[in-house]
Amino acid sequence: MAFQMIAAPHLRGPNTTSKYMFKVVYGLIPGIIAATYFFGWGVLTNIAIAITAALFFETIALKLRRHALPKYLCDGSAIVTATLLGIAIPQLSAWWLPVVGVFMAIVIAKHLYGGLGYNPFNPAAIGYVVLLISFPKEMSQWVSPDWLGPVSPDKLSFAQTLGVVFLDKIPDTTSLDLLTHASPLDYLKGQLKLGLDVSAIVKSDPEMWGTFSGKGWEWVNIALLFGGIYMIWKKVITWHIPVGMLGSMIVLASIVYAINPETAVNPLIHITSGGVMLGAFFIATDPVTSCTSTKGRLIFGIGAGSLTYIIRTWGGYPDGIAFAVLLMNLSAPYIDRFTVPAIYGAKKGAK
Amino acid sequence: MTTQKLWKYHGGLKSIPHRKSLSNSASVRTAVVPRYIVIPLHQHIGKPAIPMVSVGDKVLKGQKIGRAVEFVSAPIHASTSGKVIAIGDRPVPASGGAMGECIVIETDGKDEWIELDPPVKDFHTLDQATIQEKIRLAGIVGLGGATFPSHVKIPGGGAKVDKLIINAAECEPYITCDDMLMRDRPHDVISGIQVMLHSLQAKECLIGLEDNKPEAAQALEKYIAKENITNIKVVITPTVYPTGGEKQLIKILTGKEVPSGGLPLNIGMVVHNVGTAAAIHDAIILGKPIISRLVTVSGAGINEPCNIEVLIGTPIKEIVEQCGGYTDDFEYLIAGGPMMGGALMNDEVPLVKRINAILCGAKGEFAGPQDSMPCVRCGSCANACPTTLLPQQLYWYARSGEMDKCNDLSLFDCIECGCCSFVCPSKIPLVQCITFAKNSVRNEREEQRKATRSSARGERKQARLAKEAAEKAAKKAAKKAAGGTAKAKPAAKATASAQLEAMNQEMKDAMAKAREQLQEMWGAKCSPASASSDVAIEPTTAPVKEALAKAKELLKK
Repeated sequence: MAFQMIAAPHLRGPNTTSKYMFKVVYGLIPGIIAATYFFGWGVLTNIAIAITAALFFETIALKLRRHALPKYLCDGSAIVTATLLGIAIPQLSAWWLPVVGVFMAIVIAKHLYGGLGYNPFNPAAIGYVVLLISFPKEMSQWVSPDWLGPVSPDKLSFAQTLGVVFLDKIPDTTSLDLLTHASPLDYLKGQLKLGLDVSAIVKSDPEMWGTFSGKGWEWVNIALLFGGIYMIWKKVITWHIPVGMLGSMIVLASIVYAINPETAVNPLIHITSGGVMLGAFFIATDPVTSCTSTKGRLIFGIGAGSLTYIIRTWGGYPDGIAFAVLLMNLSAPYIDRFTVPAIYGAKKGAK
Repeated sequence: MTTQKLWKYHGGLKSIPHRKSLSNSASVRTAVVPRYIVIPLHQHIGKPAIPMVSVGDKVLKGQKIGRAVEFVSAPIHASTSGKVIAIGDRPVPASGGAMGECIVIETDGKDEWIELDPPVKDFHTLDQATIQEKIRLAGIVGLGGATFPSHVKIPGGGAKVDKLIINAAECEPYITCDDMLMRDRPHDVISGIQVMLHSLQAKECLIGLEDNKPEAAQALEKYIAKENITNIKVVITPTVYPTGGEKQLIKILTGKEVPSGGLPLNIGMVVHNVGTAAAIHDAIILGKPIISRLVTVSGAGINEPCNIEVLIGTPIKEIVEQCGGYTDDFEYLIAGGPMMGGALMNDEVPLVKRINAILCGAKGEFAGPQDSMPCVRCGSCANACPTTLLPQQLYWYARSGEMDKCNDLSLFDCIECGCCSFVCPSKIPLVQCITFAKNSVRNEREEQRKATRSSARGERKQARLAKEAAEKAAKKAAKKAAGGTAKAKPAAKATASAQLEAMNQEMKDAMAKAREQLQEMWGAKCSPASASSDVAIEPTTAPVKEALAKAKELLKK
């Protein structure tokens, strides 16, 4: 009797790439709920458009590259990229904004570099940065939670949201100027440039500043933090990158704040504003583009956090997460090379 | 239970289906003698044994039929009485359906023993060398699967052994033969350990076993307490795969690490499998060579999973039949555990010393061929690796053929436990890639060695020939000169110099050829014709130059 040859090990763990990817999506759910609560249906339309576009581009790219469609389409990686991008861009964006972003992410940043697992840069971060540079106006029109949050009587309905997104039809009762607003970080940066103190800026618009770092934004960040903790618990990611990133931001912000409390933004505002939690738990931790060893991951996180702080404080952009992550993506292979862990039985001193 | 401080090694698998109860709830069986026994001559690490019998010879149970040719080798014994009917290549249990030299015995059903050495009452009267020789002659090899000849692990020359470690972890899922052995024969296990402690002059012995074998631990503990033995301790470790890895077990039990590329002996330890301990008892105390072993037959694809004492050389098919045969949904046959065991292409192959389990997988029980996805560098493999390697990096480099980079990442420290492949979400056959890389590096080294050796041999031969010819010519010339004819002198000189010229040319050609060969062999993958090949050639040219110089000197005379 002849039997089939198979290779050891004959037992395999239950984990699969798609399970792994969908856990990332689950981790994003608290953040999506919080964002929808504060910023309205626009969050969901963004994500829906992004996912649809991502699956469309993914199908075409896989077909052109002659890859098995169902297997790769179901790996979930395109959905993760699209969801991240959908959350990261301004709500109520016109439909083509997420589509362009997703095209850059999926086709250019991922498939042109060899597809899943081969891309040196985080696709979502590339998509975001391309949009930020190419469409600065559209990318800074953030919905003001004053207008769309549950406190406001002028909430946009789902149908009205679709009208804005697809037909550029703004309801008569309101206007784009009323609906949108600079993000708190953008506003802060602008005011600081005018020579105002942080405390004065915050006091000048308590509506915008919410409880501690910006209405809506602070709670979305906290919800994303919980999603991130879920991912650590589920072992989708390890703590090293988020801790390195948040830790380095806190340390740097504290030092500068201690020296100069008038013009420096306090650490709490830093870590709960903009895309910090999204970056720290969901974008920087992308295994394909970050480091592999635990020590390397810690360095990667510290680098990303420090760069974010530097860009925010002294650079030209109010939020520097995507740039910081991309710069660290660039350094990841070198960090990996110098952080190879000591093996069992390694000679002492070689560590 | 003895409470002992335990350490931890990096990685390993905690949640893995163990399925030990499949086979350890039935009592141990003894297989009947089959009609034919096929005994491979290579069942150990080292050179194969040489047959000592011829076709037609009658052999008895326990008779030595294969002799070890080197120190690192082991003799082979007939596992039952009968007649040798064939000696030649037969399929042996190895991956890829390899062939190996075997002695085929038609059994006579009498199972008649050869006359054994009388049992030893007190092993303390035996010295180290005697014990070592007895172990060697009994053909004992590491029965945990490594098959390293056991006598080699008794170091001579005053190497100090501090601890003897008995590996009873049995961390592979399904396998329970060590568990059952300890439950049924605690006396033999402890007695074998005492023999080893005596021969190693070691202070103490730690028996490491996982906490999923409480009955076995109890049986040993009970015997140790009854006999009032103080230098043997049973240590219970958590059930984590691969605690039964020699280096991992040492780390858990002692907190020490075997240096990379070294042996446990480097840190004063010797590790033996628990089955080997019982075999040593049989050899030293009872005088019996190893002719059978306990095997776990398990899996959802066998009708009566159990542990069974089987004669070495019994065809696996026979063992399966004695365990109720395959089930209808049987799919894969595996020799060894599900993590490290190799699939068998057919069940006609014989049982050898290394096989501790025969697993019959039902449909869907074992993984089978996997549909791999690209690596997403998630790092699960690195987290699971008990040697703290970076399997995914090794995989990248192995795929792109950068074997030197694999080497930089401690390729040869991989114990091939399979943890990385198990956890990989992309189902990449990481272990296979690493094994492939190891084999390519080994082949490359072997080729280099061969090339250097053969070129050296060739040049030595050329030098010898040149020297002989030169001496001959000189002698001839001297003879003629001594003959007194003054005229002959320049003539002799001329012939001699012509001969030398020819030889010189010959040597030059040979050297050029050798150099070419070397470059050809090395050129493909290594640095082409670089300094290294020159260095390698330099010393081998020395004899040629010497011969030349000598010839010239002779000529001057």
